Amino acid sequence: MTYRRRPSSLHAAAAGAALAWCAALALAVIVQTNPVVLGALVLSVLGAGALAGVRHEMCRALWLALVLALTICVINALVSRDGLTVIWRFGDLPILGQTNVTLEATAYGAVHGLQAAALVLLGALYSLAVDPDQVLVLFRRWSFRSALSATIATRMVPVLIRDSKRLADAQRCRPGAAPGRIQLMRATTSGVLDRALDVAAALEVRGYATAVPVSRRARRSWSRHDIGFSAAAAVVVVISVASRIAGWSAFTAYPVLRAPAGAREVAVGLVLALVALAPFADRRGVQT
Amino acid sequence: MSLVSIAELTYRYPGAVTPALDAVSLEVNAGEFVVLAGASGSGKSTLLRAVSGLVPHFYGGAFSGRVSVAGNDTREHGPGDLARDVGTLFQDPETQIVMGTVRAELAFAVENRGWRPAAVARAVEEAALALAVDGLLDRSTAELSGGELQRVALGATLAGRPAVVCLDEPTSQLDPVAGDELIGLLRRLNEDQDLTVILAEHRLERCLAAADRVIGMIEGRIEFDGAPIAFLEWALGTAPYLVTPGARLLSRVGLDPQPGVKAARAALRAARLLPEPQPIPDVEAVPGRSRRPWKRPKQVYALHFDGVWHELREGPVALRGLSFDVAQGERVALMGRNGAGKSTLLRHAAGLMKPTRGRIETSGRVALLLQNPTDYLVHDTVAQEAPAGALERFGVAALADRHPRDLSGGEKQRLALAIVIGDGNGGDGGADAEAGGAGVEEPAVLCLDEPTRGMDRAVKEDLVAILRTIGAAVIVATHDPEFAAAFADRVVLLADGAVIADGAASEVLCGGAYFATETARILGGAGGALLPEEGAALLARERVSA
Repeated sequence: MTYRRRPSSLHAAAAGAALAWCAALALAVIVQTNPVVLGALVLSVLGAGALAGVRHEMCRALWLALVLALTICVINALVSRDGLTVIWRFGDLPILGQTNVTLEATAYGAVHGLQAAALVLLGALYSLAVDPDQVLVLFRRWSFRSALSATIATRMVPVLIRDSKRLADAQRCRPGAAPGRIQLMRATTSGVLDRALDVAAALEVRGYATAVPVSRRARRSWSRHDIGFSAAAAVVVVISVASRIAGWSAFTAYPVLRAPAGAREVAVGLVLALVALAPFADRRGVQT
Repeated sequence: MSLVSIAELTYRYPGAVTPALDAVSLEVNAGEFVVLAGASGSGKSTLLRAVSGLVPHFYGGAFSGRVSVAGNDTREHGPGDLARDVGTLFQDPETQIVMGTVRAELAFAVENRGWRPAAVARAVEEAALALAVDGLLDRSTAELSGGELQRVALGATLAGRPAVVCLDEPTSQLDPVAGDELIGLLRRLNEDQDLTVILAEHRLERCLAAADRVIGMIEGRIEFDGAPIAFLEWALGTAPYLVTPGARLLSRVGLDPQPGVKAARAALRAARLLPEPQPIPDVEAVPGRSRRPWKRPKQVYALHFDGVWHELREGPVALRGLSFDVAQGERVALMGRNGAGKSTLLRHAAGLMKPTRGRIETSGRVALLLQNPTDYLVHDTVAQEAPAGALERFGVAALADRHPRDLSGGEKQRLALAIVIGDGNGGDGGADAEAGGAGVEEPAVLCLDEPTRGMDRAVKEDLVAILRTIGAAVIVATHDPEFAAAFADRVVLLADGAVIADGAASEVLCGGAYFATETARILGGAGGALLPEEGAALLARERVSA
């Protein structure tokens, strides 16, 4: 799951604008707890993935997100002692003790699971659609080495995936009993160190160690996609925060569940989704 | 004043007993194209690392003497400082690419130097145009082939316009076409831009013709420094493993050695051993241009591919209806460009991949040795990796107590062969049953994927000798026509997942410009002579008949 240039509005936007859009949606996911609004945000992220041409990759990420959401929901339902509406009595369980599952704890877990799922999907979309090289350029003015280290660590991932596949293939070619897991782990670890040394040597000879910060960067004109995604990010932030302050998308789990799903909540969810997806409507110049 | 000046350099890696470089003194002038020649472990790579400053700043160790590059003493200036004047390209392009797109990769080094964006953009465009990667600028580096990656890595090295570029076996992972293109490109940059090139290379036949000067290294010392012709004369007497096939051919017919095909042909013509150039004959008349599949008397097949396709999901077709047989005990070389389908074919034969259509049959076990023998080595001692019988068979029994990763490249390869072939005892695990491969049956087919990558000639000859002792059918995917000629009875040429030529080695390796040995290219494919000895015998016969 790595970045590859694709003909989409999100890919055509500058990394700063795309990053701002992802961050705004992440903020919306964190501040919004109403299930209707959160559902709308999850759907917007999935829709954005489809519009950005990364539908298959997002579907794979969705499985991981659903497993994570379900796990959070189940764990909270089992361990939380809050809530008044008991929906299942397990009785006395080992380790957990007296366990009663309440509707409130289940709903609370489900909401946090939904938030986690939305953040996983946003992370996947960021990896697939935001150019890490541009992000490095963006951040190098403030913290060049941290940004570069993060980018290099990201670069090592595909190299190590290829290495581990090679090692696995080589072990499949071995006749007789397969080596133990510990032996394989040690071999893999020493391979990782060799690779890291090679990459570090390449960085040295490219002048990484003595890199000079760029003093004055050229001003890049804002493209229509930069403007679109930046504006959408700003509006998403304003609506999310304002609706939260105004109590238009309220959700309380304890002691009694209150999760309104009226016109106000639907409107907030719908507006957030439309604003988030609006920049994708403009497909002019998406191959630049 | 010299661009690179090395005085009495002695260097020992941390923990090493013997020095990797021993009292090396060398001057390289601006605009020279220098080739470093020597066996594996002779100090070529270490010398390049000393010029780029990686030795001693990155690798540590004991360093004495003085290295100066463009007036900068490497004891005071590390690789980062020297990067302004020295570009360095290593063997493996995968670990040299650090950015996500080609454009960012080309810009990386110059951005590190604080160049203004306009200057960076210009440097990127010029490097891309010089290396013909301008069409790849917005491609992801993860999607590039090995040849493309190496070009991009070279572009990233050259974008900052270094005065000298050090290259450590840059063609070892490339097919003959891409390898020749890279050497041609370096020569053009050397001539057009006065770029100083220091190139370490094993396949000297590929690069000697482009060189102004050759440095011969033996066990960390410079034993020869002079022009390519003088180098070949020296190597014939002192280091025969460094002599190119063309030079061996000429020396066998009593002529002075010459670097490159063109000079060798001219020498043979001057001696009236080769006719004057003729108009290029029709393709039909070129010997060895095999148009029909390889036909042979009916035999028992060790491996049978019947209309095998491999179509990648949302990707290209790797194999296109491949039908091909290998007889018991047959020795086959698979050749073709990077991405032609050679490795995929071997993986199908060994069962690592399943065809999307078609059928594969084998008469027994298929053993596969993949490109990197280190991937097989997971234990603490050589003895734990393979049964004693197999270690004995492949000549690594004396290394039983060593750590596998401390072995040389050739030793690792022999150990990996011992692992995949086993002891051939067929079900009797014996005393060392805990070692992998104990008691396994002898394979019916042995497949090797690029076994000569980065190997010197001595190791290659050793491998040919080992493969001749194996009774199984052997299939080797290789980019090395000289190795294929020495080892194979039959050569199969693949392109785009399909067989485009299949015939006796003496036919297929005589018929082209790239997938041909140097001897065949010098002699124009005459008489099916592939190796210098065969070529010399042919010339002697023709001289007698004339």
